[in-house]
Amino acid sequence: MTQHLAFLPVLLPMLAGVILLTSLFGKNITSRRVTSVVLSTITFLVSLALLLKVQADGTQVYAIGEWSAPFGIVLVADPLSTLLVSLTALLGLVCVLYASAGDDEKGSFFHPLVHFLILGVNGAFLTGDIFNLFVFFEVLLIASYALLMHGGDKRNTRAALHYVILNLVGSAIFLIALGVLYGVLGTLNMADMAQKVALLQGDDVYLAKIGGLLLLVVFALKGALLPLHLWLPNTYATAMPVVAALFAIMTKVGVYSMMRVYTLIFGDEAGELSHMAQTWMWWFAMATIAMGGVGVLASKDLRKLTANLVIVSVGTLVALVAVQTVEASSAAIYYLAHSTLVTAALFLLADLIGRQRGEVADRITAGPPVAQPRLLGVCFLVAAIAVIGMPPLSGFIGKVWLLKATLDAEYTFVFWPLYLLVSLAILLSVAKAGSTVFWHHQDSLIESNATESAEQSRVHPAQLAALIILIAGAPLMTIFAGPLSEYAIGAASQLHDFNNNINVILSGGH
Amino acid sequence: MELLYASSVGVLVSCGVFLILRSRTFPVVLGLTMFSYAVNLFLFSSGRLSLNQAAVLGTSTEYADPLPQALVLTAIVIGFAMTAFVVILAIRGRTDLGNDHVDGQVPDTKNHNNDNNNKVKV
Repeated sequence: MTQHLAFLPVLLPMLAGVILLTSLFGKNITSRRVTSVVLSTITFLVSLALLLKVQADGTQVYAIGEWSAPFGIVLVADPLSTLLVSLTALLGLVCVLYASAGDDEKGSFFHPLVHFLILGVNGAFLTGDIFNLFVFFEVLLIASYALLMHGGDKRNTRAALHYVILNLVGSAIFLIALGVLYGVLGTLNMADMAQKVALLQGDDVYLAKIGGLLLLVVFALKGALLPLHLWLPNTYATAMPVVAALFAIMTKVGVYSMMRVYTLIFGDEAGELSHMAQTWMWWFAMATIAMGGVGVLASKDLRKLTANLVIVSVGTLVALVAVQTVEASSAAIYYLAHSTLVTAALFLLADLIGRQRGEVADRITAGPPVAQPRLLGVCFLVAAIAVIGMPPLSGFIGKVWLLKATLDAEYTFVFWPLYLLVSLAILLSVAKAGSTVFWHHQDSLIESNATESAEQSRVHPAQLAALIILIAGAPLMTIFAGPLSEYAIGAASQLHDFNNNINVILSGGH
Repeated sequence: MELLYASSVGVLVSCGVFLILRSRTFPVVLGLTMFSYAVNLFLFSSGRLSLNQAAVLGTSTEYADPLPQALVLTAIVIGFAMTAFVVILAIRGRTDLGNDHVDGQVPDTKNHNNDNNNKVKV
């Protein structure tokens, strides 16, 4: 059984999705919710078990159908991918729990779709084959299209149309890039590709470069890097907040793919093509951070604010990936986990605050007071401190670490001022948002029937549990910063250990 | 053969890109379909073009690369699903937004307003 453990984080969500699709439950929504929560808990526990096994026994390579690499498709469970798989499973559990308070009834098939999305994301993290990466991208995308439309209105349709068309073009470009790379390298296994890139000669080098940079376009689209980020704010702000919280992991899939492709395949050992995408990533990441900062300042409601915070975090992560040192990668891994949890928490908080403020919803203007100011206020304070990067929470550790990691980078004199200025912008707008939402009340609205509806929309226990799990991430990542940073450093050094990666993957993990 | 093949892929891509850049959903969907045809052809050619060669090992001394054929099959299946989805979405957009413009509103040439909130017509 344990030898199949690496495959279970992909298999279990698929089974869960299928089980939840069947008419086993009929119209009984409660049993469907319970089953969904239980199944996502099992997925999370299995991911944790895989993580512990990888910690104990080293990288697990699972050859599907016993076809060994490079001929068959392999799943590679190394410390980095298992960490992200566990993070995805946790986020999935939280979102299912949160939606069980009532959001899942606003459309059809919420629970199966969430599990299919987790299937796609986990597969994309685990796969060692680049065509398989494309397939899992499509799986997660089609689930995300449907989730985006869940309980949607007219504005939602428009945002979804843009998102779908953009991603279809992105998929086509992905296939072109894969065709070029396969034509030149004759393999699709990432470890094998990494070996063959260094042996290219003549015109093939340029073809491989074209293929590699086309891949960058695709990953930039998925990750929302500057010229291709315009879909994100609208999409995330019009999706249901619980769906947006789940989508917090999806931009990270793009960043993770960049990490893999440009560290392993086009990394130190790639001969003429080594670090070919570094400069592109670096400057686009800077521009993304700047653009995200402007977006944060201009946001008029909490959900847009959080969507722009996602853009800033993507820019930061890509900048770290572009540095391509062990230290920068380990900072990126820590920051990735932190930013995923915090942005997801902020999306959920925006939803809860919006429900309790009647028609003003989550807009950052004076309005009726929230029904539970203490609870939501404290949660918002914790999430805000974490996302701004103020001491003592995890954002501060991440920020100090990433500043330290970029100290020796080539253009650090641009990165530091820019990043710190954008942090100031985030501090200003989050503080303003918090004080306006919680302290500025419009008296004329207090007396109206807003209080009645606010009483009905008190935080449901399931919502509270989901929110607490996410919010608790920030203090926990601070308390356990020691073991976590050690884990991140270990994962990053394994990511950068070229020969070890190649040997382990191509020999099937022995 | 290479010239013919390459130019047909090129023509399909350029038609596809042209149609994707149109402002109505129907041409955009057609453009996406054409683009994905072009991509499938291109992917097929990544195993090199050859005549009269089986993709099955052991039946002849010369054989075609079977992997791109498998990849194209996968890509075609996925492409079908995605096209079906985008067609449904376009129809829903037509009903929800009242017109088939990709932005949900036929732009007013006199008063060009980019405010997102005003763009959605009932």
